[in-house]
Amino acid sequence: MIVEFKLNGEDVKVETGLAMRLLDVIRNDFDLKGTKEGCAEGECGACIVFLDGMIVNSCMMPMNNVIGKEVVTIEGFSKTERYKEIEKAFMVEGAVQCGFCTPGMVMATEGLLKLGISLTEEDIKVGLSGNICRSTGYEAIYRAVRKLTQEVVLND
Amino acid sequence: MKITDRINRVDGVEKINGTARYIEDIKFENLHYGRTLRSEISKGRIKCIKYPQLPENLWVIDANDTFINQVAMITTDMPIFADGYVNYKGEPIALIAGKDKNEIIRFMKNIEIEYEEEEGIFDFGSGDNIFSEQEYTKGDLETLEYDKVFEKSYSTGYQEQLYMEKQGLVGDFSDGRLIIYGSMQCPYYIKNALIHSTGLADHDIRVIQSETGGAFGGKEEYPSLLACQVAAASMKIGAPVRLIFDRREDIVFTTKRHPSKTLVKTYLKDHRIVGMEFDFGIDAGPYLGLSDVVLQRGILSLTGCYLIENLRVKGTTYKTNNIFTGAFRGFGAPQTLFALEQHMNQLANHLGYDPLEFRRPYFVKRGDISSTSGIYNEEIKLDEMADRLAEMAGYDKLKEEMGSYRGIGISFIPHGGGFTGDGEAEHIKSVVKLKKDTDKNIHILVSSVEMGQGAKTVLSKIVASVLDIEIDRIIYENPDTLLVPDSGPTVASRTTMVVGGLLYKAALRLKDSMESDVEIEIVENYKQPDYVKWDQENLRGNAYMSYSWSAVLAVVEVDPLTLEITCKDIYAVYDVGMPMDEKTFIGQVHGGIAQGLGYAMLEVMTTKDGLIEHNSFSSYTVPTIVDMPRMHTDWILNPYKEGPYGAKAAGELTLVGVAPAIASAVENAMDIEIKELPVTSENILKELLI
Repeated sequence: MIVEFKLNGEDVKVETGLAMRLLDVIRNDFDLKGTKEGCAEGECGACIVFLDGMIVNSCMMPMNNVIGKEVVTIEGFSKTERYKEIEKAFMVEGAVQCGFCTPGMVMATEGLLKLGISLTEEDIKVGLSGNICRSTGYEAIYRAVRKLTQEVVLND
Repeated sequence: MKITDRINRVDGVEKINGTARYIEDIKFENLHYGRTLRSEISKGRIKCIKYPQLPENLWVIDANDTFINQVAMITTDMPIFADGYVNYKGEPIALIAGKDKNEIIRFMKNIEIEYEEEEGIFDFGSGDNIFSEQEYTKGDLETLEYDKVFEKSYSTGYQEQLYMEKQGLVGDFSDGRLIIYGSMQCPYYIKNALIHSTGLADHDIRVIQSETGGAFGGKEEYPSLLACQVAAASMKIGAPVRLIFDRREDIVFTTKRHPSKTLVKTYLKDHRIVGMEFDFGIDAGPYLGLSDVVLQRGILSLTGCYLIENLRVKGTTYKTNNIFTGAFRGFGAPQTLFALEQHMNQLANHLGYDPLEFRRPYFVKRGDISSTSGIYNEEIKLDEMADRLAEMAGYDKLKEEMGSYRGIGISFIPHGGGFTGDGEAEHIKSVVKLKKDTDKNIHILVSSVEMGQGAKTVLSKIVASVLDIEIDRIIYENPDTLLVPDSGPTVASRTTMVVGGLLYKAALRLKDSMESDVEIEIVENYKQPDYVKWDQENLRGNAYMSYSWSAVLAVVEVDPLTLEITCKDIYAVYDVGMPMDEKTFIGQVHGGIAQGLGYAMLEVMTTKDGLIEHNSFSSYTVPTIVDMPRMHTDWILNPYKEGPYGAKAAGELTLVGVAPAIASAVENAMDIEIKELPVTSENILKELLI
């Protein structure tokens, strides 16, 4: 059937099944390859996108739940001012190695930042605990996000 | 720029914004998908395979479609497709390829295979299922005078690399030429395997690395098997064929770290170690692959940081019908050094010494004779590292605070950089090229891949620093065997030290010609340092051209009720010569600590009848951010004269020392002996009940 939803700010239609995974639709039907499949069981966070402003694992999201909703992927988010701050913090802290988890990590980071409240170390770590990175040991990611939460909360 | 400048990764931005292209992201015209038909039994003869009527647009590719049905690594004992006989559960029998994934899956559901099943071997360490053996001795144990023997056995389990990007390759054969694209560590290993398996000429085979989402050894030899499969498929179909595993396949059917068993026997006289004996065994699975080389690195490391005068070492690889095991960061050393360091710790406790002070008198120094009777040529600063570690951690105070479910443990670890012995000169024969184009940009032409570890950043920085130019004038594309020489595989912590060393020399030669307007190409060939002497047959001489070192201290807490272990702090001091880029090096350190912590206490992986039971992210648990301890790290400077700007190996070292330190800390907390990895609550309970 035809599913209509909003993707990175545009109204889109796609011929698909209601049980199809959002991850496959954005990667294959819309050729948006920044969202990655790591585990395909909702454990690793490499496929995180925003669905009506909430972070979701797109590998666990059937298209039925996307009808009429708004999806933002890394391609859409990377055009924002907020993204630039995250990119800078990730670069400066060295929060990237193999890069496969990174777009998902960026989306999870924004999921925390948009709460707009000051966050403790535990808040940040629990907030990122759904994202697996096998390379960095998370320390540089943690530092980048802590810096961002401090700056963003101060600025807002 | 200067080598000491703080810089950002050269490949960071496209990875953060999601535009970096991994193999699954790349489009190919007329792409066919492959899926692997696998054995359902662990051992036996295939009596017949009943395929349903083959639709016109589906293909079955099997042993008959290969020119030579062997994957050439060091040995050629592994077939590309099982040909009438299977040796492990999940062994590839055929590839089913087509343009419609659903049609492939439907077709595969209706394939029936009849077997004549035989009893598999799933245990190792005894019996006659020996694949290979290696032995060496030092001094004389036969006539040794001793008054006591301290003997313990240790074992370790599987570990899965769990790179975030799964295995994936594309084979594209057209007009008599074959191109392989994909996720890999060793483009020339793949190329050499293809020359053997396809019968194509060297100049008709090209291997191009795509962005690689982590590897950790898991993409060292394994992609050679996949490349031979997609090559056969593409040559049969005449279209590009892509094989990307799903996660369960990737966890269950690709190489793992070898499970191991080590017997350690220490001969004592007046509370002093006068001799040691080791018997180390690993489960290789049904094919030898790299296992004999893993065995070698394991046994050559066995005396660790200590001078042991009399020594007998034996290593054995065992043939089983479990999944075949292979390269993983550390390459045999995490197993042997866990055994050694636990043993040293338990011995110190047994004799009533402080575990740090007990080790000190045995620390090796420059000029000492190594386990393989070579001479340590470089300055070794283990005492300084021990002092620094004790100072950082507040060792004496910490010790007083420990006991009742809190504990500390330490480890001291060496890691030899590059290939063993004369391997770099005899087998690898690394070649690098540096090209200055007419725009005065510099092209790094090497076969070393960026897989997350920072090779592009570090090698570019070395060249830019020698030439004193900005780093953005360095161009370092993913290797394409048509364009780059064979500078060896991206393994063994050799990239910075060996390949970087050659690039350093090439850049020095290029430096005077930087103002010239013409294109200039510099070729640099590996030359073994004069002091390296190695007898491979008897394993005698300089096992490595240089060693890096680590000193690690772990602090753990154990929940009194649930026995859940929490690693609170890791303190670590490293000697990697000179780190080439601080941020990249610290990234390796933190990542190595995370993988070491997983190996120590989280990553349980067991098999049932030869099949891995922990087959997903939810059952095989690697560290998340909440599992990480506070990490306090430092390094000493100890430049190595053969390395670029004094650099030595760094990548693997950072993993190896973590598990023994954590295991010793649990011993300290619970007043029990730990002889098995990973350390789990269940294992602690078992020890407490004994």
